[in-house]
Amino acid sequence: MSLADAFTAVFVSLGAFFFFAGWVGLVRFPDALSRLHALSKADNLGLGLVVIGLLPQASWPFGTLKLIALWLVAVLVGGASAQLLAGAIHAQAAETSTGGEPGRGTEAAPGANGNDKATS
Amino acid sequence: MPDVSLPDPHWADLPLGFALLVLALWLTWTQRDRAAVIGFSGYGLLVAIAWVRLGSMDVALTEAALGGGLMGLLLLTAAARLGEETDQPAPGLPARLSIALLCLGVTLVLAAVVLGLPSPAPNLVAPVASHQAVTELGNPVAAVLIAFRAVDTMLESVVLALAVIVLWSFGADRAWGARPRALHLGPPSPALVFLGRLLPPAGLIVGVHLFWTGADHPGGPFQGGAVLAAMAALLWLARLGEPPRVSDGLTRLGIVVGPLLFLLIGLAGAVIADAFLDYPEALTKPLILLIEAAKTLSVAVALALLVAGPPELPGPMPPRQSGRAAKGVTP
Amino acid sequence: MTGFLLIAGVFILLTVLLGLVRVLRGPGDAERLMAVQLLGTGGVAALLLLGSAIDLTATTDLALLLALLAAFAAIAFVAGLGANPGAFTAARPVSAPSSHSNGDSPAGD
Repeated sequence: MSLADAFTAVFVSLGAFFFFAGWVGLVRFPDALSRLHALSKADNLGLGLVVIGLLPQASWPFGTLKLIALWLVAVLVGGASAQLLAGAIHAQAAETSTGGEPGRGTEAAPGANGNDKATS
Repeated sequence: MPDVSLPDPHWADLPLGFALLVLALWLTWTQRDRAAVIGFSGYGLLVAIAWVRLGSMDVALTEAALGGGLMGLLLLTAAARLGEETDQPAPGLPARLSIALLCLGVTLVLAAVVLGLPSPAPNLVAPVASHQAVTELGNPVAAVLIAFRAVDTMLESVVLALAVIVLWSFGADRAWGARPRALHLGPPSPALVFLGRLLPPAGLIVGVHLFWTGADHPGGPFQGGAVLAAMAALLWLARLGEPPRVSDGLTRLGIVVGPLLFLLIGLAGAVIADAFLDYPEALTKPLILLIEAAKTLSVAVALALLVAGPPELPGPMPPRQSGRAAKGVTP
Repeated sequence: MTGFLLIAGVFILLTVLLGLVRVLRGPGDAERLMAVQLLGTGGVAALLLLGSAIDLTATTDLALLLALLAAFAAIAFVAGLGANPGAFTAARPVSAPSSHSNGDSPAGD
């Protein structure tokens, strides 16, 4: 196997592992914010490692440039949407504490406030 | 085409189909609007992947552009404005049973028709392939849309413009000429403003790229226009700009330039070439590209305005309770 | 190599399909959004990996499209949280003094 192929195999496998870990976290973690943590790992690390792994296989220059552009967009959008989702979780918890569905069990962690105030 | 020695992506087909079915059933069963809309945008993603597996990349791109971006936006803003309460009583069991039976019946008939087709199904692939060279387009879908079945495409552009007019007619009479406000949902979070600054430039490039590459690869004016519309909607949601007034002349020009240009070139074809919508041989590709460029612009403007909603006047809103009391329906 | 990429692509796709159980179960809408987001990102990765077997240009374009539009459900959801449910302008005149303070700025898009 050539060096490029070995590189691809390693990084794509790592990326796939992080997607699997993200799924496990999303389904098994106890509350919303920890699930969000799992999701953002899958988003960033999973996709990032897969893209890095595919770079040696892509055609130069436009194939690789497209992949890098895609990765940049995914990382930046992923970060911002994690902030948005944290805001949504926070609002959901506030709804619950003022009398929404019972037993949701998500105390709005103090850290959640910091997420809302983060700016670009 | 992959050779037979490679492992087959068919493994994913059965789980994909199963997930589609389960999700669709859940969507029809769930009572909560917002949850259903979120599930619906996930459903759109799955359908896009299904289209990829079926080999229709153009449709997959359209499904992703519309279902993933615009439809989710439209439905979620509608759900947000409506809230979860409604004046109308839920339909009774006989009504729901008959609806379910009717849907099931239609599904079974469709399935019987599709599965009963001879394999390979009758199609026009061969004539299209043999005549595609005249259009100088590498993408057979584009050749069919703009050259061989141009009348359908032109009428669809007109339909889109008509849809905007119909939507605008939903506004109150005294609000005519105001700006649409369906996307006016409250102060945007900083993350939303960040995305509103980050995505539109990238979306502009991707949208124009999709339009341009549609000549030879899957893509085209509709997909490109849909992406551009999604970016405009994002700008308006993030309050980085306001939707144009309904009375704005430039906006109205943007809506009609696509179908109008298509129509004019078609009429010119009746004079210069052989028939209505026949392109003169030497000018085929430039005319096609011109029509597609205008269509991309019109599709973008029209779709963005469809998401933005009818014109409304700003001001405090009347409470919904008055409507309930007037109809005498107890909550 | 193509075989390995196909296996990896199918594996990632199946993994994020399983995440749909979060859409069905919830318990809140934020969890459903997260499952849809995971589906989007996984779909991008799977498309890039499976692209070599299908049509590389088109799948990369589709992946780019998905990456761009992945956040729109979350965007719409969060924007909608600030809305006032049941808020419509009525055809009949409003009795309260209207406050034109909703930032109807003349900036075009």
